[in-house]
Amino acid sequence: MTKWLEENTPKLVLAPSFVAVLIFVYGFIAWTAWVSLTRSRLLPKYEIDGFIQYDRLFSSPRWDTAFSNLFVFGFLFIVIAMVLGLILAILLDQNIRTEGAIRTIYLYPMALSMIVTGTAWKWILNPGLGLEATVRGWGFENFTFDWLVNPDMAIYTVVIAAIWQSSGFVMALFLAGLRSVDTEIIRAAQVDGIPTWRVYTAIIIPAMAPIFLSAFIVLSHLAIKSFDLVIALTGGGPGYATDLPATYMYAMAFSRGDIGQAASSAMIMMLVVFAIIVPYLYSELRSKDG
Amino acid sequence: MAPILEINNLYKNYGSVEILKDINVSIEQGDFLVLVGPSGCGKSTLLNCIAGLEPISGGNMAIAGQDMTNVSPKDRDIAMVFQSYALYPTMTVAKNITFGMKVRGVEQSVQDEKLAYVAQQLQIEPLLNRKPGQLSGGQRQRVAMGRALVRDPKLFLFDEPLSNLDAKLRVEMRTEIKSLHQRLGASMVYVTHDQIEAMTLATKIVVMKGGVIQQIGTPAEIYTRPANLFVADFMGSPAMNLIPAKTKANGSGTQIEIARKEGAPIVLTDTRNQNLPENVIVGVRPEDIADAALGRVGDTQEAECLIDIVEPAGADTFAVMQLGGKHVTARLHAETDATAGEAQKLAFDLAKVSYFEPDTGLRLN
Amino acid sequence: MADMSYTPTQTGSSAGKIALRWGLYIMLGLFALFYLMPLFVMVTTSFKSLEEIRTGDLISLPREFTFDAWQTAWSGACTGIQCEGVRPYFWNSVLIAIPAVLLSTLIGALNGYVVAQWRFKGANLFFALMLFGCFIPFQVVLLPMARMLGLMGLAGTIPGLIFVHVIYGLGFTTLFFRNYYVSIPAELTKAAKVDGAGFFRIFWSIFLPLSLPIIVVTIIWQFTQIWNDFLFGVSFSQAGTQPVTVALNNIVNSTTGIKAYNVDMAAAIIAALPTLFVYVVAGKYFVRGLTAGSVKG
Repeated sequence: MTKWLEENTPKLVLAPSFVAVLIFVYGFIAWTAWVSLTRSRLLPKYEIDGFIQYDRLFSSPRWDTAFSNLFVFGFLFIVIAMVLGLILAILLDQNIRTEGAIRTIYLYPMALSMIVTGTAWKWILNPGLGLEATVRGWGFENFTFDWLVNPDMAIYTVVIAAIWQSSGFVMALFLAGLRSVDTEIIRAAQVDGIPTWRVYTAIIIPAMAPIFLSAFIVLSHLAIKSFDLVIALTGGGPGYATDLPATYMYAMAFSRGDIGQAASSAMIMMLVVFAIIVPYLYSELRSKDG
Repeated sequence: MAPILEINNLYKNYGSVEILKDINVSIEQGDFLVLVGPSGCGKSTLLNCIAGLEPISGGNMAIAGQDMTNVSPKDRDIAMVFQSYALYPTMTVAKNITFGMKVRGVEQSVQDEKLAYVAQQLQIEPLLNRKPGQLSGGQRQRVAMGRALVRDPKLFLFDEPLSNLDAKLRVEMRTEIKSLHQRLGASMVYVTHDQIEAMTLATKIVVMKGGVIQQIGTPAEIYTRPANLFVADFMGSPAMNLIPAKTKANGSGTQIEIARKEGAPIVLTDTRNQNLPENVIVGVRPEDIADAALGRVGDTQEAECLIDIVEPAGADTFAVMQLGGKHVTARLHAETDATAGEAQKLAFDLAKVSYFEPDTGLRLN
Repeated sequence: MADMSYTPTQTGSSAGKIALRWGLYIMLGLFALFYLMPLFVMVTTSFKSLEEIRTGDLISLPREFTFDAWQTAWSGACTGIQCEGVRPYFWNSVLIAIPAVLLSTLIGALNGYVVAQWRFKGANLFFALMLFGCFIPFQVVLLPMARMLGLMGLAGTIPGLIFVHVIYGLGFTTLFFRNYYVSIPAELTKAAKVDGAGFFRIFWSIFLPLSLPIIVVTIIWQFTQIWNDFLFGVSFSQAGTQPVTVALNNIVNSTTGIKAYNVDMAAAIIAALPTLFVYVVAGKYFVRGLTAGSVKG
């Protein structure tokens, strides 16, 4: 008995977490997948009825907006945050004496809740008293910056706030990457008389390919889960111009009482995440085993 | 008395991969058993199996006559020294050494007494309050030994304990381990990939390759009568010369013909061995080829050989030549006048020659 | 000769270098302004009176400092029908975050210890399943979790939120500890086994004392995640058990009365203070957690 206990303690310790993951992650995903195939509305029903929820989803103009917003927002957010992060990292990599302080400043937004970020930018960007009014107060009477209340432009305010929050983090990732490149290779290039910018474009940045991948994965993950920021900044508005799948799902689940729609939109979100994550994780785990 | 360690038909698999195949070893009280082989030969796995750190897939094992096949490491009355020393980084040297006794609930006064004894034996008293991170490689090595010594176990296990030390320290510690063994009269199992360590330390050597025991014997047996080509090649430095040759019965002995790139083949006659197959591989240790001009002992036969390279190494001078399509090394006396590019009369000691079957690699004589 | 012809170009380039250096610092400074501006605006706005805000200058310092907005935000602002400020919700967040952080860190440490040091068949599968759980969009578990909390009698309660945060935090805490422990040589565990120590003894006497850095990283990561959480808070709480992020959002978006931007800003700063404080005192560990969480494996 004690011998058995001794041998199986590790398994016993892992067991509760294992069960929890099976139920609360995989079981729940299965439940949501199941419900997304039923006619559930206010209460869940369990009779499978094909893809009716997905038909409804993709014929809903609101979902249409939310889904295309995801790609507009996701693309701009990821590309700009990565470019900005890389530029900041390279600038900071030039033996800056105050590097520590500057890094702290660039990165602090990452410590904030997206609700706080949204609240701050909502105030800054509001046309009545914020940036627009301030610039007008300086004498530029015709200055207009009303993106926050302009249905065509509001999604870009979400992009701005998201970049403000996350680009410092991308900078930190890239900076760590720059520092991890073998210094002997860089020295060799310098001895060969290769100019600094060429050292970056030809040697350092290609060597950081895995960091780009990580940054991309993290940012796309953030983009798909973005919920708090939209809620705090625009509330999904004006109208539902800045809805994202995450806010659509939430609205269906908790204010519209449409469980079927909530489940099917959540499944689509997960499929998008899977499309990005699965190849990544697969290659990561494989390379670890090999 | 029962052997201190007895392993019968031991198998070890990881999934479908056989790591150890049909291992049979036994040693007596006071033996110093060295498991030697190239990396990946299974020697460390075997040691882990002896320690109980790896479950075995088949066979059984006993320590001092008691079956240990399913006994956990702590109840095997063993102590182990690891390659990385595996000192507990957050504990002082003293705590590292006494941790095992503390776990076992040994009385504090006994702990102190044993600690003091071991510290004195290994001369690590000034280090007792330091952390492993503050020690040099050699000092860590001593502490790791101390942690094993304090157990006073039936069996000591060493897993390549010297391989992280620099060359000079390695030789020093080797001597120290040997003297410790002689002083304590303890039984030890020692894993190494270094054949010199194996030769110098062991009372008994197990040569392994691919999870299979190639030969078990005393260092002298292994060195002078290797059981197959692998052992012949692996043990000894420079390695044994393994020269393809043709044989012919010649009265009461055998005539051995070794081809050369240029000129007539060398023909030697072995008067002791008969019934050798036509094709053999002749194994000659470098020291069994001597400079004929500088005097020699034993049953030697002479032949003129063209020397390609001469490498003086202080006490000896190595001469390299081409025989039977192989580089052959002779360990000559330092006073030799052998010169690269010139012929030299060499004496082959046929009494110490080994013969191997070319296909199976097994020893013939 | 070669030296002499080389010298002029060197001085020429060092003049250029100085200009480049200035440009560099100016760029860095401008970016610093971009990141600091919102914080600056929040702080100054929170000390202004509403009248002063109405004149519409975002950047100016307050003409007269007033703590009224802070007072209101802390204990008087309305979140819907209740007007108690963020204070009760701040304490809710504390009550949620502390047990959730401690539990998820402890379980993650044990899990990581098993996966990294006590490998057995299936341990890698477990780890892969866990890792995968880190990436799912939580929307996919919201509905069943709401029902499950109802079944467990934890719907709308603080223990319910603690439970949710522990469950979905395990993936990351396990990952952190596993990656830390996997770099510790397996020989250490073997040596301890030979010394007679068992599973928990080895964890307690050898691994935990080694783990301080990763414990700090994990606690900071988990605290930041849980304190800043909004999705679980808004989905699984009810009036009275909401965390501070939800309360902040309610204050900002409450439609009753006039918009008190200074109160909004003060409330936002209050909600942000704990994580900002952690960031300032332990930024190094915060960054390590962020990068460890993203550069996986």
